[in-house]
Amino acid sequence: MSLLDTDRIREDFPVLDRNVASGQPLAYLDNAASTQRPRAVIDAMDDCYRRYYSNVHRGIHTLSEESTRAYEMARKTTASFINAPATCEVIFAAGTTAAINTVARSWGDTHVGPDDVILVLISEHHANIVPWHQLAARTGCRVEFVPMDENFEISDAVVAEYLDRFQPKMFAFAAASNTLGSEYPVQRWTSMAHDYGATVLIDAAQAAPHQQIDVQAWDADFIVFSGHKVCGPTGIGVLYGKQELLEEIPAFLGGGGMILNVTTDGFTSQELPEKFEAGTPPIVEAIGLAAALKYLSAIGMDRIHAHECVLGQRVDAGLRAIDGVRVIGPTADKKAGINSFLIDGVHAHDVSQFLDGYGVAVRAGHHCTMPLHEAMGVTATTRASCYLYNTPAEVDRLLEAVTDVRSKFAKSGRRRRSRRSAESTS
Amino acid sequence: MMTKTQALRAPVAYFSTPFYVSTPMAHPQDNPDDQDIYQENVLDHYEDPYNRGALATATHAHDGKNPLCGDKIHIDLQLDDQGRVAQAWFEGDGCVISQASASMLLEELEGKSIDEIQSFSAENMLQLFGPRLTPNRQKCCLLSWKVLQGALKRPVGTDADPIVTENDEEIETDPSFGGPSLGEEQ
Repeated sequence: MSLLDTDRIREDFPVLDRNVASGQPLAYLDNAASTQRPRAVIDAMDDCYRRYYSNVHRGIHTLSEESTRAYEMARKTTASFINAPATCEVIFAAGTTAAINTVARSWGDTHVGPDDVILVLISEHHANIVPWHQLAARTGCRVEFVPMDENFEISDAVVAEYLDRFQPKMFAFAAASNTLGSEYPVQRWTSMAHDYGATVLIDAAQAAPHQQIDVQAWDADFIVFSGHKVCGPTGIGVLYGKQELLEEIPAFLGGGGMILNVTTDGFTSQELPEKFEAGTPPIVEAIGLAAALKYLSAIGMDRIHAHECVLGQRVDAGLRAIDGVRVIGPTADKKAGINSFLIDGVHAHDVSQFLDGYGVAVRAGHHCTMPLHEAMGVTATTRASCYLYNTPAEVDRLLEAVTDVRSKFAKSGRRRRSRRSAESTS
Repeated sequence: MMTKTQALRAPVAYFSTPFYVSTPMAHPQDNPDDQDIYQENVLDHYEDPYNRGALATATHAHDGKNPLCGDKIHIDLQLDDQGRVAQAWFEGDGCVISQASASMLLEELEGKSIDEIQSFSAENMLQLFGPRLTPNRQKCCLLSWKVLQGALKRPVGTDADPIVTENDEEIETDPSFGGPSLGEEQ
């Protein structure tokens, strides 16, 4: 396992060169929330706006032809990034959340009835829980959760047990947990779920930035991820679906762009992929996303993953060595760049605020995994997440700051100075 | 309170510098010595809070929480015949800012009349706390202030609205308070 040439990579990310409010240089370790953008992405979007921006699929003029070509090339790039057999299986959505909602509405409303079960993991983030709760409210189905063990792990045996017990219509799970950092065996669990006749949705929001997605090898029915977590723009994500399934389910959002024909009596839907892209799509964002995927591919997803593993293990080992720190997640060999932790007697927000003074940006809170935090009996954790541009020196700065947190907030026999006595003596 | 229209018109110089001109962001604290929001006084209140505990003789009480960070505050008040706060106690769990600010608030307002408490604004609360806070942390600081205001309307042992205040709605007195939530991205 080896590290990337971060000196070179960091030159590609203008924002990494700044200081935070305290004057310290930025160590950006909040990548699981959102990543930063390389020049390649900023320039591609800027270039579109400056030279050829127009609406797509509509105008018969030069700019529209050029924009349409760039937008559809972005779809091709994305399809090739995830090894999709057909380009029309790539739907541009607003993000992971919008993509899962589309499946819950379009597939869910037509395939799920009372007493059916949607199976998810206890570690899912809210985007892969709430749309299913909403589906349950509409259809009377139930949402069931696969639990984790005391080592924050979910074994094949437990997944098999829950598939067998609930015979779910849908098994929807994250390829990697945004809180625990765990990377799950996507291919194996998909195959197990298919044996029980379940449709499978993979939430790849935390996997797409860090590992090679191969939709054909994974064989899942739906796979979704967000642009902003793969160094791409906000406001765009990908909904991949198997072609026959996307053709069978109805359109979700209605409007311009997704219709073949509209009359006063009704409408007929476009073919894929336009069927699921109502309204003016995120054109420039798609172009930016394609630039991001090309950028990551040129470095190599396997090399990026290896880099994160080295840094993640340094974080994991370093945190476990600090007195009073508890790592919330499995052992380092079962995760990559994400580490969540608790510090005895210090609230996660105070940790994050204190670390900001060292220039270290981390996430504090429940990371949109409230059921998971409830299962663990904690309200908030602190999370450090590494990406391709992070360095061992930044990890060490994190560890130094975490070491100092406890001494800052440890009880030390402080006495409050009474306001009233202060006033009367002054 | 300003009407919506007034609020929109009020900041005359809002775009005196075109909003698209990139300038270095001003930090609320120019003096680095003051940047530490965990000043000695704050940590003192956190470790040695004023009137932490339950009050058996409470006439008014209320609960509140910041659902996104898990800060919790419960306040017990005992109002006397003149409508003054004879005693104020709190219990809670959460970050330093939320707990220290509760201690400061109760110490400040014990003995005050209902009118005085009601006219104690969010801005007053932030001033009482001292160190300048970013909008995200203002929520932590203002939790106890909201709970106290709520407690005045909730006599113990009646059917007064028992709903727990969830400190995530806009704070009405000033639109600049509140800030973005810390929770909703993954």
